[in-house]
Amino acid sequence: MNRRRITFAVVFVVLAVIPFFLNAYWVDVLNSVGLYAILGLSLNLIVGHAGLFNLGHAAFFAVGAYTAAILNTSFGIPILWLLPLSGLAAGLFAVLIARPVIHLRGDYLCIVTIGLGEIVRIALINDVFGITGGANGIFGIARPVLFGFTIRSPQAFYYLIWSFAALTVFLFHRLEHSRFGRALNYLREDETAAEGSGIDTGSYKLVIFGIGAFWAGMAGDIYAAKMTIIAPESFSFWESVLIFTLVILGGAGSIPGVILGAFLIVGLPEIFRDFANARMLVFGAAMMAMMIFRPEGILPAKPRAYRLADVRNLVAKEGTK
Amino acid sequence: MSILAVMDVTKTFGGLVAVNGVSFNLEEGTITGLIGPNGAGKTTVFNLITGNYRPGNGDILFNGKSVVGLPTHRIAGLGIARTFQTIRLFQNLSILENVLAGCHGRMRSGPVGAMLRTRAVMQEERDGLARALAELDFVGLHQHVEQPARNLSHGNQRLLEVARALAVGPRLLILDEPAGGMNEDETARLMGLISEIRKKGIAILLIEHDMRVVMKICEMIVVLDNGKKIAEGSPEEIKKNPMVIEAYLGTEEDQTDAPSY
Repeated sequence: MNRRRITFAVVFVVLAVIPFFLNAYWVDVLNSVGLYAILGLSLNLIVGHAGLFNLGHAAFFAVGAYTAAILNTSFGIPILWLLPLSGLAAGLFAVLIARPVIHLRGDYLCIVTIGLGEIVRIALINDVFGITGGANGIFGIARPVLFGFTIRSPQAFYYLIWSFAALTVFLFHRLEHSRFGRALNYLREDETAAEGSGIDTGSYKLVIFGIGAFWAGMAGDIYAAKMTIIAPESFSFWESVLIFTLVILGGAGSIPGVILGAFLIVGLPEIFRDFANARMLVFGAAMMAMMIFRPEGILPAKPRAYRLADVRNLVAKEGTK
Repeated sequence: MSILAVMDVTKTFGGLVAVNGVSFNLEEGTITGLIGPNGAGKTTVFNLITGNYRPGNGDILFNGKSVVGLPTHRIAGLGIARTFQTIRLFQNLSILENVLAGCHGRMRSGPVGAMLRTRAVMQEERDGLARALAELDFVGLHQHVEQPARNLSHGNQRLLEVARALAVGPRLLILDEPAGGMNEDETARLMGLISEIRKKGIAILLIEHDMRVVMKICEMIVVLDNGKKIAEGSPEEIKKNPMVIEAYLGTEEDQTDAPSY
């Protein structure tokens, strides 16, 4: 426990001061890592905890980003105010779409989500409802303003993105260690037994799809603010694959694992940019080796710890009901 | 009043009639055995009661209300908990968390409460833990409760399933071959446990192949063969029933196959 706290403190301090030692390019790389970490954490709830294969997460990311972009450019609503609304749009969209397909298992659900991702991307290219700007996308998204300070430089975005990532970690950690988090694990482990224990597995699946998408939508809002231009190509199938891969590689169900996964999947290719052509080859081979030798991920999920001594004392005092 | 009434229930899978017009009643606080040769439809009857299957015909009343068509989790919430013939634990989760699954329906907190960690949520969590520990104590698995369930021996895994089912707070407990794969000592312990559960006022319906167990602890026995009920009565009556002896225990010629009791 103590060692974990020290690790946590060191990571926190390093992340807090590192923009001062890096140039704009590398800070921007870290911004990407941060965004993917948020996306990965949101997908981790669905894939890692509930065990639902979702290879269309970029669709929810896109719905959030476009909601923010459209409302910002058309009505001038500040982009950060749109954060909850982008989340809500993506979350509702996810629940609506997932409702008829959520009972599908494993690979079947996976294929449906791939289809969903493609439908959203193609709809965006085709300028659906005449509001998405077609293949060119939407540009001229206003910079976010926080307490009168306009966030413009990569450094400023770094603190916005990583603060949001930190908040996500804090909230999702609590979510994991709760009745709700356990219920997700039960349905992943054995749906029949979970139902038999009185757990409404169907609604839990829908809710977790909704929450995961809600968070991806909020990440979309931040992404739109950072880029000021968004286009359908940013939400391709490849994005969904990246997010999925970083979750599995880092450690499904493990928050530190997912963050490490984001660094490896998004950050490492930048470091090895000089090797250009060989880098995807090495990357692919490394991933294959990982799946063979450490299939539970680099930092596997740890079992939850409970404060049993306290509870036992309580029971001894009160007697059982 | 009978706590459970199975009324003329039929279930077919394609052309196969797995359960054919079966009826029986379960009295409150009693232990009833459901026996019959392999493939007689015993587990199918269980799955019909718990809502895993939907009967093609007939009705099932729990506390006088029909449970047909309700989803399994609702039926569990009404007070019917079960264990499975092939053990279905959450193998990668801890022993404690397996029992906490049973407590789930008595807790209310959702995702927002979990993120905010309000006092009420924390209190509920402590109560849930206390209840889970109490059930684990009851079945005698109070040690190493943070170990994964897969580390338990076969017999203890069965006990853990019982603890999980009890945590649901059932009025009817359905046990599908609870002594399956248990040795003599474990079976004896299990029988003691079942009597204890009954003393709590929980009715028990059990499938069991070990005739010593069935004859000793059941007050009522229902015998199925080929999906049909062929007999019903006290253990004494069942032992003497010629239909049962023929269908279930074998005829004179193949006495060697018959279990002794």
